[in-house]
Amino acid sequence: MAERTQPIRALPGAIAAGFVLAVVLGAFAVVVSGADAERGLGPADLAALRFTLLQAALSAGLSVALAIPVARALSRRRFRGRTLLIAFLGAPFLLPVIVAILGMLAVFGRNGWISLVLVQLGLPPIQIYGLHGVVLAHVFFNLPLAVRLILQAWQAIPAERFRLAAQLGCGSRDIWFLLEWPALRRAIPGALAVVFAICLTSFAVALTLGGGPKATTLELAIYQAFRFDFDLGRAALLGCIQVGVAGLAGLVAMATLSDVGFGGGLDRSMDRWDGAGGLAKAGDALAVCLTVAFLFLPLVAIVLAGLPGLDTLPATVWRAAGVSLLVAFASTCILLALALPMAATIAGARRGWLETVGLMGLATSPLVIGTGLFLVINPVADPFLLALPVTAVVNAIMALPFALRIFVPAARDVLQVYGRLALSLELTGRTFWRVVLLRRLRPQIGFAAGLTAALSMGDLGVIAMFADPERATLPLQVYRLMGAYRMESAQAAALLLLMLAFGLFWLCDRGGRSGDSV
Amino acid sequence: MKSALTFAACISLAGAALADTPELTVYTYDSFVSDWGPGPAVEKAFEETCGCDLKLVGAGDGAALLARLKLEGERTRADVVLGLDTNLTAAAAETGLFSTHSVTAEYDLPVAWEDPVFVPYDWGYFAFVHNADLQAPTSLKALAESELKIVIQDPRSSTPGLGLLMWVKTAYGDEAPAIWAGLADNIVTVTKGWSEAYGLFLEGEADMVLSYTTSPAYHLIAEEDTSKAAASFDEGHYMQIEVAGKVAGTDQQELADQFLQFIVTDAFQSIIPTTNWMYPAVTPAGGLPDGFETLIQPGKALLVPAGEAQAIRDAALDEWLSALSQ
Amino acid sequence: MAIRFENVRLQAGAFTLTADLEIASGARVAVMGPSGAGKSTLLAGLCGFLPLAVGRIVIAGQDITNAAPGARPVATLFQDGNLFPHLTAAQNVGLGLRPDLRLSGEEACAVQTALDRVGLAGLGDRKPAQLSGGQQSRVALARVLLQRRAVLALDEPFAALGPALKAEMLDLVGEVAQETKATVLMITHDPADARRLADETVLVAEGRANPPAPTGTLLDDPPAALQEYLGA
Repeated sequence: MAERTQPIRALPGAIAAGFVLAVVLGAFAVVVSGADAERGLGPADLAALRFTLLQAALSAGLSVALAIPVARALSRRRFRGRTLLIAFLGAPFLLPVIVAILGMLAVFGRNGWISLVLVQLGLPPIQIYGLHGVVLAHVFFNLPLAVRLILQAWQAIPAERFRLAAQLGCGSRDIWFLLEWPALRRAIPGALAVVFAICLTSFAVALTLGGGPKATTLELAIYQAFRFDFDLGRAALLGCIQVGVAGLAGLVAMATLSDVGFGGGLDRSMDRWDGAGGLAKAGDALAVCLTVAFLFLPLVAIVLAGLPGLDTLPATVWRAAGVSLLVAFASTCILLALALPMAATIAGARRGWLETVGLMGLATSPLVIGTGLFLVINPVADPFLLALPVTAVVNAIMALPFALRIFVPAARDVLQVYGRLALSLELTGRTFWRVVLLRRLRPQIGFAAGLTAALSMGDLGVIAMFADPERATLPLQVYRLMGAYRMESAQAAALLLLMLAFGLFWLCDRGGRSGDSV
Repeated sequence: MKSALTFAACISLAGAALADTPELTVYTYDSFVSDWGPGPAVEKAFEETCGCDLKLVGAGDGAALLARLKLEGERTRADVVLGLDTNLTAAAAETGLFSTHSVTAEYDLPVAWEDPVFVPYDWGYFAFVHNADLQAPTSLKALAESELKIVIQDPRSSTPGLGLLMWVKTAYGDEAPAIWAGLADNIVTVTKGWSEAYGLFLEGEADMVLSYTTSPAYHLIAEEDTSKAAASFDEGHYMQIEVAGKVAGTDQQELADQFLQFIVTDAFQSIIPTTNWMYPAVTPAGGLPDGFETLIQPGKALLVPAGEAQAIRDAALDEWLSALSQ
Repeated sequence: MAIRFENVRLQAGAFTLTADLEIASGARVAVMGPSGAGKSTLLAGLCGFLPLAVGRIVIAGQDITNAAPGARPVATLFQDGNLFPHLTAAQNVGLGLRPDLRLSGEEACAVQTALDRVGLAGLGDRKPAQLSGGQQSRVALARVLLQRRAVLALDEPFAALGPALKAEMLDLVGEVAQETKATVLMITHDPADARRLADETVLVAEGRANPPAPTGTLLDDPPAALQEYLGA
C-alpha cells in the first residue's frame, strides 16, 4: 500500500525538509569553505567522541527506561493533580542550562539538601561530579520529555482494546505483552533517538557535572577549535561528526520502528481493569512519587532562590521577557509551518525516513550553525538586524524532531481512518488540511506549539553569535546578570523565565485539548 | 490631521538629523554592553562630546570577539574593538586588521605599556575568592597541599580559566604539571565560564573560586557585604590587561582616534571600577571608589608578554589536560 | 448512467479479481458473495482507491479508469468512519456540496433541506458522538443526497444496525437513489437486504465478479458458490 493515494500531497513536506536540510548543511558548507582544517582528528578528539557517545547513550537509555514505569503509572491511574503533573513534566526541559545546573546542585550538590541530610546522619555527602552526575543531569532534562512521548503511545491504544483484554481475563503481564509492549515499540526507538541527539551537543552540563576535562564532549572540542585555535575547518569537521552520529541514530531508530497500527478507537476515556493489586498500586505510586521528587526538588530550589529578587527586577529584564515572548511566538509559527507538512508527508509514506532530517537539525552544534548563518548573512545584511528572525528559525529547527514525534503517529491515524472518505468527497489538498487534519491534530498541535514556545523562551541558541544589545532575550539577561555578580536578580529573572515558559506551554497545551469534545 | 502632519514632519526631521550624525561602531564583549556593565554610561559620556552616535555591539567574551573579527575580516562593520586582553593581542595584531594608535597617557599599570596598536583601558589580578572566615592558603602550592575545594573555569572556553593556566605556568615553569597534579584533588569541577563557577561558589559547592582580586569590592560596595575576600598568594598574581584598538579599514578614522583617546580620560576611567569591577588603566583624579583600598595588593604582578602568550598557552593547555584527565 | 467494467483485473497483494460486466442505468444492484471473495475490492476499484491492473471502467460513456476518487461520479458510504467526528452533522452534510465548507446561503438552505428530508430536522448542530447509530447513517445519506452523484456505492454501511432500523435505512437509500436518479451498488451479506432493495445481484466468487442476474432468481436457485455461503 506504499503508493496508496492520499488526500494530501507529499511535496510541501518535502520542501520543508529540504529547507531544514539546506539550513543545516548550508551552515556546514559555509564554515568548511571558510578555512581548511589545519589539524586532523587527534587522540583528544577521539576521546571526546567516545565520552560524548557514552554519556549520550547512557542518558538516553536511562531516561527512556525510567520513563516507562512512570508513563505506565500515569496511563492507568487517575489521581488528583495528574493533569497538572503531566503539564509540569515540560518544565525541566525548558530551563536555561546554567539555571538548571544551579537548581540540581542545590539538591544533589556537595552542599545540597540531600548532602545536608546525609551529613546530619553522620554519612558522607553525595559525590555528584563524574559520569554519573552528567547522566543524572541529562535524565533530569530529558526524563519528562521521554515520559510525554511514551505516554502518548500508551494513550494511542484504543480503550476498546483494554476492554477486550479485560474480558479475556488478561492480567497486568498479559496486557503488557498483548497491548502495551507493541505500543511501546512504536515509541521507544524514536524517544531514544531524540534524547540521544539532544545529549550529543551537551557541553556546559557535561563539563560542570562531569567534574573536569575528562568530561570533554564534542561540543567543547568544537568550542575550542573555534575560539581557542580559530580552526573553522576542524570545528566543522567535529560538527559533521555530531550530525552524522545523530543521523545514524535516527536511521537505526526508524529502521527498528515497527509499524503496527491499532486502528481507530472512539476516543473513550481509558479505564483499566488490571493493576488493581496492592503491589501494582504501590509500584505505580512509587514511580510517580520518585519522579515528582527527582524533577521537582530542583525546581523548588530554583523557585526559592528566585522569589526574593522577583519584585525588584530591573525594567530591562521585563523588556527582555517581551523580546523572548516575541521570539517564542515566531519560533512556534515557523515550527508549525515546517513540522505539519513534514509530518503529513511522513505519515502518508510507509517509512518515516524524513524524520531523520529533524534529528540532524537537533544535533547540529549551535556554534557551527550560528557561525554558518553568520557567514551567510554578514556579506548581505547586518546580522544584528536579523538576530531575532535567525534565532526564531534555529529554535524552530531545534524543536522540529519533538514536533515530528508528536505529529506523525496522530497524522498517520487520521489518514488511515479518514483518508478514503476524504478522497471520495474530493476533500483534498488545502481543504483537507483545513477541514480535517488541522482539526483532528488539535491536541498535538497544542502540545508541540507549547513545547516549542517554551523551548524557545529558554534557549540561548545562536543568540550569542547575533546578540543585539538593544534586544536581548531573557536567557541572555540571566547570563548578563550573573556575569555582573547580580546573583539574586539573575535567579529571579530565571524564575520569571521559568514561569513564562511554563505559562506558554500550559496555555498552548490546554488550548489544544479544550473544545475537543469528540 | 494637523497633528499627524506635524508628527510626520518631526519624524522626517529626526531622520534627517540622524542621517547627518556620524556613527561609531565599537565591538566589545557582551558584559560590557549589558545594562549592568560600563556600556550605557560610556555611551552617554562619549556622545556628549563627540556629536556622534556611539554604537556598542556585544559579542560573547574577548576570545569570541576576536573570532568574530576574524570571521568578518576586511568587511567588518567595527570601527573600534574594545575588550581583547594580552593573551589575544598578538593574534589580533597578526590579522593586520588593526592600525597603530597615537594615544599617550600616564598609565597606572603594574607593568610598562608600549604596545603601538592597542590602548589599555583596565586591568585586574586573577585570584581565588573565598568567604572571609576561611583560613585561606597563601600560595598555589599551599592550596594544592590543602584539603580545600575549588571551582575553576575551563581555559578552552573562559578567560579566567586561561588566566590560571598562565598563572601556574609563569610561576612554576617546568614544575607546572606537578602543581596541577597537586591541585587535581582540590578541584570540585571545571565550568564553561566565570558565571557558572561563581554561581557554584555562592551556592556553597566549593571553598574557593577562581575570580579577580576585585570581586570582593562588588560585594562590599554594591551589597555592603564584607563576607567575601580574595586570597593573596606568595608566587604573585597573574594579570589581565584589557585593551582597545582601531580597525585599520574604518571610515571613521578621526572619530575612532577620538574614542581611543577618550577611553584613557577620567570620563571613561571613572566609570570602570564599579561597573566592570576592574582597576582603571589611568587612575581618575577622584581616585578609586571607597572600598577598593580594602582589596589585597599582590606583591608581584605576573604577565607573559603578548608575543609569547600563544606558544606558552598551547603547551600549558596540554599539561593541564593531561594532569586533570587522569 | 450505465456502469461498464471492461476486462477489469484488480490486484490486491496476491489476490486477483476479474470483472467484465455491465450494470444498467438506474439499476439497484446488490453485491454478494463469500467473505474474502473480493466484494470490497470491486468497490475499491470502482471508487478509485485501488488502481486497475488491467481493463477500464466506463460510467455513462465516460472512461473514469484513471480519475481521482473525488472526481468520479460515485458517492460512497463505508462500513464505518463516514462522518468526521469534529464536524457537526450539518457540516458533514455540507461537505457533499463544498469540500471547503464555504457554503453560500443557498447551499446552507440545501443542507437544511437535506437534513429535513432524512428526518434530522433541528439536529444539524450536533456532533456525530451526540447522535445515535441510525441518526449517523441518516447524516451520511443526507450528504449523498446533496452530492448528486450518478452512482451510489454502499459498503455495508448499515451492518451494525438492528433489522428494523436497517430496513428503514434501505428504504431511505431507495428514496435517495430515486431522487438523485442514481445507480446503486450495494455490498451485503443479508439476502433479505438484497431482496428489499436490489432487483439485480452481482455474485462475486472464486476471483470473479459475475454479470448481474435478477435477485429473486439468483437467491431462489443459487449456484454452488452462493449456496454454500447462504447455507441453504
